Amino acid sequence: MIAFVIRRLLQAVLVMMAVGFVAFSLFAYVGDPVAIMLGQDFTAESRRLLVHELGLDQPFFVQYVHFLLNAAQGNFGISYRLARPVSELLLERLPATLELSLCAAALALAVGVPLGVYTGLNRESWLSRLLLTVSLVGVSLPTFLIGILLILVFSVVLGWLPSFGRGTTVALGWWTTGFLTESGLRALILPSVTLAMFQMTLIMRLVRSEMLEVLRTDYIKFARARGLSDRAINFGHALKNTLVPVITITGLQLGGIIAFAIVTETVFQWPGMGFLFIQSVSAADIPVMAAYLVLIAFFFVMINLVVDLLYYGVDPRLRIDRAAAAGHGH
Amino acid sequence: MDALRRALDSDIYYSFRRSPVVMLSAVVTLLFFAGAIFAPWIAPQNPFDLRQVDLMDASLPPFWLPDGQAHFPLGTDTQGRDVFSTILFGSRISLLVGVFSVVFAMVLGIALGLVAGYAGGTIDAVIMRVADVQLSFPAILIALLIDGVARLVIPQELQHEIALYVLILAIGFSGWVQYARTVRGSCMVEKGKEYVQAARVIGRHPVAIMLQHVLPNVLGPVLVIATIHLAIAIITEATLSFLGVGVPPTEPSLGTLIRIGNNFLFSGEWWITVFPGIALVVMVLAVNLLGDWLRDALNPKLR
Repeated sequence: MIAFVIRRLLQAVLVMMAVGFVAFSLFAYVGDPVAIMLGQDFTAESRRLLVHELGLDQPFFVQYVHFLLNAAQGNFGISYRLARPVSELLLERLPATLELSLCAAALALAVGVPLGVYTGLNRESWLSRLLLTVSLVGVSLPTFLIGILLILVFSVVLGWLPSFGRGTTVALGWWTTGFLTESGLRALILPSVTLAMFQMTLIMRLVRSEMLEVLRTDYIKFARARGLSDRAINFGHALKNTLVPVITITGLQLGGIIAFAIVTETVFQWPGMGFLFIQSVSAADIPVMAAYLVLIAFFFVMINLVVDLLYYGVDPRLRIDRAAAAGHGH
Repeated sequence: MDALRRALDSDIYYSFRRSPVVMLSAVVTLLFFAGAIFAPWIAPQNPFDLRQVDLMDASLPPFWLPDGQAHFPLGTDTQGRDVFSTILFGSRISLLVGVFSVVFAMVLGIALGLVAGYAGGTIDAVIMRVADVQLSFPAILIALLIDGVARLVIPQELQHEIALYVLILAIGFSGWVQYARTVRGSCMVEKGKEYVQAARVIGRHPVAIMLQHVLPNVLGPVLVIATIHLAIAIITEATLSFLGVGVPPTEPSLGTLIRIGNNFLFSGEWWITVFPGIALVVMVLAVNLLGDWLRDALNPKLR
């Protein structure tokens, strides 16, 4: 167990170092901040002084370590485009992205799991067939198109819901929330449905296939032979056993939700980190790009790590497999 | 002739003929490819030739609405370009990027998978570790990052010219892992079999064994992955173009068309966005259905 945890931790640190290296290379090889800072009039001497002051004449590796140390303390420099500290910019936009992502994940689970259970239990009903067909269409619909179609129907034609922004937000310390005002909640509906759609179809298909698999097992047959009610078998035995992989995949999908938030935020001009990132890519704002890259990688690595450890804790078979493999000298 | 008769007699062709949905998606896919390849000849108008575009025709609705005109069946955009023609030219770019990025991912993935599976040991461990790490990030994020970084590195004046190649490489690179994993798995099974041992005994070069003996036997699953990957690649390209970091606006793909049309959603010209959107969804859906069918048909366990 300890060896497994240490190996996963080491791997996580390695991935973060590699991502940090990519982010740092952006700084080192793209654009010339010295030229920007010097402006129009400079001599070779003033340039040399500035380069020395910024530490840019030190070896590549020393600069990389400096970057890592600064990044670990949340210091990513100043945005070229907005002339403000990057950490401040990201922190401002973090609540918007997290509120949107959590809403979408909750929605995807709340709709996806029941639909998956239903289609798993009633394989042949016309509603199941319809739902499966719709889910295939859902997989083929790009996120941004779902957003545009929802805006077209609910904002342009019906005029029910706002098409952009977060509405009125309330500040709780540094965290701004849209949950406490009516306009904030209304603004949340279309983006979170857009973001949840893909995950919803995925979860539904996953729960369905897991249910089908479990329903075929011997212990379900045995439970039927004992004369337990359908309800007890389906929800007490079958559903419970499908939930382990579902929880794992959903955990991993949280990363996917954060990634696709870039698209959703752009469609709805949602003032989150993803929208900031796309604006930075268009404007070649390297400090923001680098910081976003590191931050997102950090989220992913943490999610993967937690899911791996949870999986290890939840599924005893994994431990036995590993012990058996070790016993065979692998 | 003999090969043709054998193909018509096979299980796969039988299951193909039995499912109307699959036949329909095959027809739709073929139509899209034909439309894309022959776009310059069958499009009513070349929307990028300024002599053929008249600003007087701007913002016409589809033909069944009042003010619609029969020779602009799906209406025109705000610059007077025929929406049907821009869709034909747009799917040309979308399919071009999609197909080439799939080919790139396939070649890279097969090569790395074969090497990892055949060589084993440290090489295998390194390749598969990298694959694991990459797999934990969504493909769209990786493509977005490669594309974004390439944009910064490439000098401004070259950007429009090579944007398409950059995009193909970015999307292709974000998708190689699936191929590599599958090929590696099959390769490890195949290499223990007698025909591979026989080839080794008669002294064939390992590269020749991999390409001539092992590769043909692992191609089935690769074909399935490639079909489903094509749908994903088309969506990725459209998404990147929609975000404004994909193909340059001078050669719009379906994603670019949707992005442009999105600006006119509120002024009531819905057809500029909706028709390219429908084209994109129908194309991706058809390819997805083909992929689903191919997976079931080639997998005897599911029959």
